Amino acid sequence: MNDILALFRTVRARHFLIAAALAFIALFLVLPLVAVFTEALSKGFAAYGSALIEPDALAAVKLTLLVAAISVPVNIVFGICAAWAVAKFDFPGKSLLVTFIDLPFSVSPVVAGLIYVLLFGAQGWLGPWLQDRDIQIIFAVPGIVLATVFVTFPFVARELIPLMNEQGRDDEEAALSLGASGFQTFLRVTLPNIRWGLLYGVLLCNARAMGEFGAVSVVSGHLRGLTNTMPLHVEILYNEYNFVAAFAVASLLALLALVTLILKSIVEWRFDYHRRSVAH
Amino acid sequence: MEIALSSPLQMPASPTSSEPARRARRKSVIPGFGLTMGLTLAWLSLIVLIPLSTVFVRSAGMGISDFVAAGFAPRALAAYRISFGTAFAAAVINGVFGLLTAWVLVRYDFPGKRIINALVDLPFALPTAVAGIALTAIYAGNGWIGQFFEPLGIQLAYSPLGITLALIFIGLPFVVRSVEPVLEDLSIEVEEAALSLGARPWQVFARVILPAILPSLLTGFALAFARGVGEYGSVIFIAGNMPFKSEIAPLLIVTHLEQYDYAAAAAIATVMLIASFAILLAINLVQAWSRKRLSA
Repeated sequence: MNDILALFRTVRARHFLIAAALAFIALFLVLPLVAVFTEALSKGFAAYGSALIEPDALAAVKLTLLVAAISVPVNIVFGICAAWAVAKFDFPGKSLLVTFIDLPFSVSPVVAGLIYVLLFGAQGWLGPWLQDRDIQIIFAVPGIVLATVFVTFPFVARELIPLMNEQGRDDEEAALSLGASGFQTFLRVTLPNIRWGLLYGVLLCNARAMGEFGAVSVVSGHLRGLTNTMPLHVEILYNEYNFVAAFAVASLLALLALVTLILKSIVEWRFDYHRRSVAH
Repeated sequence: MEIALSSPLQMPASPTSSEPARRARRKSVIPGFGLTMGLTLAWLSLIVLIPLSTVFVRSAGMGISDFVAAGFAPRALAAYRISFGTAFAAAVINGVFGLLTAWVLVRYDFPGKRIINALVDLPFALPTAVAGIALTAIYAGNGWIGQFFEPLGIQLAYSPLGITLALIFIGLPFVVRSVEPVLEDLSIEVEEAALSLGARPWQVFARVILPAILPSLLTGFALAFARGVGEYGSVIFIAGNMPFKSEIAPLLIVTHLEQYDYAAAAAIATVMLIASFAILLAINLVQAWSRKRLSA
């Protein structure tokens, strides 16, 4: 029997499959990453550096950080609320609610931007009302934040819901029966249980918030130095044939992606460890 | 990131406890239902449901003939054909290479495996605009790879071929991360039994492995397809964006918006939303079918 098994898992077959998979990954995943840094540094470090400290680039970095600093905490609060309601209680329509929470994942980013234009734009439902009060949402920072919150909406909730479902309600019920208040129970019992899952969701949420292009591009108006996030700034520079600067700004976003992947791998490792130790 | 992957759509199995026990659970001592449920519903309505309804209300207000004229204009039909066609081609290629990647990651050990495993999620973490300009730099006529195809008269970038390449990049992790957990649970003993009974390796694959992983493969395929249909950032740089030739549907929405033709933009968005809801439904059905098959 051993030689039949050997036939199936021959060294040659194994090597061929590994080589094919690695070639595919090198071609489609590694090469683009290498291209970003090569193009960014193609005119040397001086050109790279000056592209990054240019005022419009700095304004884009600041706006991107601002948008993430608003939309990520908002999604943390929402995600915890949604997961608490779904995992700790029984109610009719639960699976419909979860489907609705996931909805933004199946909507094209462009449509995500469009819906806010239809709502708040000059010709939108609330457009005239907003105009009378001199409030600008579309082609301004609030619109960018709203579109970002929409596309990142499910990230935290969808990490926490299955995790909190799996952990059940016994821990919380024990704490409450011992006299802890609801908030104490959440802070001392639930939060430590879900911390790795929460961190995981926040990482993904942040990466998407800083990198979102389609939805933000529709609502931003592309005002240089004012409503340009980093991905939008990359597009403008690229369309102006300023490739070194475009790839320089892009390289910062690629670094963000790499850091996200590294942290994510660490969390996965700790998270699995943590979950196993909970199970036993 | 397991986003949109394993179980967005499948609710965790309900507790198998008996009816009295369930009733006891319903009278939960845990506080905060009103507060968290209220906040969840309010926020969901304000950010997702009410804004999304604008698209349908706008389309409904157009009247059927105007809606059809805008949503199914020749240029729109060409854009759907390109969006759905390239997304389908990319999802098929990802079905093959995603399965291969998942297989290699689950079954074999090789140096650098952890790095490769982390790298599979790159398309989730890398901003789409960055992917777009990087892929264009590689596949353009003077690019690292494009230069070898240019003399053969094959234009990789600025054509539907380029769109497909971008969508392969975007969709790969969906297939790998859908198939991986199922492959991990597959017991090698069954394969060994089949082999020892005289089955050939390809027979084992076709009769033992493929049926077991088919639902997850289909789910990954559908998720990659759905993502590809709506993708914008990575595509517009490499597409060339020629109407009727390489213009994707999301770009056509943007073009209409820039011309302040909100009605036409809403009509195309409606068609695309209905298409993505149909894909969502198909994924749900596949997962329900696979759960039924598993429990049978």
